[in-house]
Amino acid sequence: MNAPAHSPAKAPAGTRMNAAARRMGSLGRAELTLLGRNKNNLFIALLMPLLMILVLRSTLGQMSPDELPGGMAGTTLIGGTGMVLVLVVYMGLVSALVARREELVLKRLRTGEATDLEILGGAALPSAAIALVQCVVLSVGGALVLDVPAPRRPDLLVLGLLAAILLLAGLAAATTAMTRNVESAGLTTLPFFLISAMGSGLMVPRDLLPDLVASLTQLLPFSGVMEFVRAGWLGVGDTKDLATAALTTLAWGVLTVFAVRKWFRWEPRR
Amino acid sequence: MTNAIEAEGLRRSYSGGFEAVRGISFTVPHGEIFALLGTNGAGKTSTVELLEGLAAPSAGTARVLGHDPHRERAVVRPRIGVMLQEGGFPSDLTVAETVRMWAGCTTGARPTGEALEAVGLGSRHRVRIKQLSGGERRRLDLALALLGRPEVLFLDEPTTGLDAEGRRDTWNLVRRLRDEGTTVLLTTHYLEEAESLADRLAIMHQGRIVLTGTPDEVTAARPARIRFTLPEEVAPARLPLSLKAAADGRRVEIRTHALQDALGELLGWARESGVRLDGLDARSATLEEAFLEIASRTEALDQDLNGDLAADLEGLR
Repeated sequence: MNAPAHSPAKAPAGTRMNAAARRMGSLGRAELTLLGRNKNNLFIALLMPLLMILVLRSTLGQMSPDELPGGMAGTTLIGGTGMVLVLVVYMGLVSALVARREELVLKRLRTGEATDLEILGGAALPSAAIALVQCVVLSVGGALVLDVPAPRRPDLLVLGLLAAILLLAGLAAATTAMTRNVESAGLTTLPFFLISAMGSGLMVPRDLLPDLVASLTQLLPFSGVMEFVRAGWLGVGDTKDLATAALTTLAWGVLTVFAVRKWFRWEPRR
Repeated sequence: MTNAIEAEGLRRSYSGGFEAVRGISFTVPHGEIFALLGTNGAGKTSTVELLEGLAAPSAGTARVLGHDPHRERAVVRPRIGVMLQEGGFPSDLTVAETVRMWAGCTTGARPTGEALEAVGLGSRHRVRIKQLSGGERRRLDLALALLGRPEVLFLDEPTTGLDAEGRRDTWNLVRRLRDEGTTVLLTTHYLEEAESLADRLAIMHQGRIVLTGTPDEVTAARPARIRFTLPEEVAPARLPLSLKAAADGRRVEIRTHALQDALGELLGWARESGVRLDGLDARSATLEEAFLEIASRTEALDQDLNGDLAADLEGLR
């Protein structure tokens, strides 16, 4: 898989990167195996997004298509993408990290060569990959079945997806600090899920909210990346909105990193 | 660099204010087996975690292979092996998958088969972790600690939960590693384990090291003892005075630093007087006696010293 470590052409930095990639790869592989053996998590990762998109579609069906800026199909695609990301990356990762913490796996991994960031990154790899694949399926399927025009700004869409995955992985790590065990993960992840669904444009497009609420909700953690996803599909409306989105996302990112560094626990509370 | 491990005035406080490690210092030369011995809660694991680099000490310095194990983790980790007190395996992975995961995180890892054979788990590689017995998990843990051919090995209660045979196997493996040049720091509350395995040991009690030395040095200072029961018609007062016997009814105990002489005198007297000594038992001091005596003595000492005096003594150290 990797170039041999003794290859003379490799700079030390390259070798280090390779080693880090190898460690994250093997942690990610183990995590994927575990996901495949856990029916609950597999359900959340594979079937929940589909169910939620169906719910979303039937909710949107009650509105007149003219109210929806991207049309019914476009709105379903954008909301669905956000739904997939939150369910698979955020909720999936919270329960995976808590399970590893309670089994003392995280503590054990920290006695090895992998850095803290590699441990968290490796654990997030399968969820991130599954979410990306689902987003691609959703996009291609949307374009073929729902007859949505291709994304106007694919660059912004990709940027939005990557930023969303990083932010959600961080938020998931932060949420584990409040999560006692795997069973309570369903409860502790609910607030963020509901806030995002209502206020960040997953279930209800933000354009449909009253003005004041709309401008407040653009400061929610997930609103920034959703703005990018939207702009990716429908094109940039107002550059100012996009700048606000980038700044909010950055601010939430900094806040998340701070929270994880301060409160993340690597072993169960004694 | 002659010492693989150096601890100097190590302290560790937890967020609640409890101080688990209260200023301990010791060194372990290369190629030595060093045992930290103590009851549960003595601070053994808290100490080892500092040396493994899992946490930074609240005071004092730790050095492993010449580096700070916490701040210079990246340098130290590839050269050490760690066996925690409790497993830490994902229960739904198989044995082989677990080893593969760990090998991916380890520089120069041994092949999976070789690592599992070394601890006698070769035939169990397709079994899920949750189906392993406690002893098998302990051995898997050891296999992972050895995976990167470490120069320094930390073993936190390596044989807890093992049966007698498994314990013996682990001891032999650890001795073999030492003979190949590995430095081993182990914690245990089995005195027998420390006595038979360690080159040197330190007895910890309430966060401090109260005694350190080779197992022989630690036991040499303690008296040997002789026990027996006298027949009904023989009063303990008839025993030779030089034996300093303590009697509890018919049962007699003699404590002595000259076991051979005392035993010779006792047997000579018994033959001359035609007395039969039932349940005769003579033994040198064991680590266990030394350990229990130290534990009870330190407790008494701690009770004697009230706050100020203890703080003064602390400052003098």
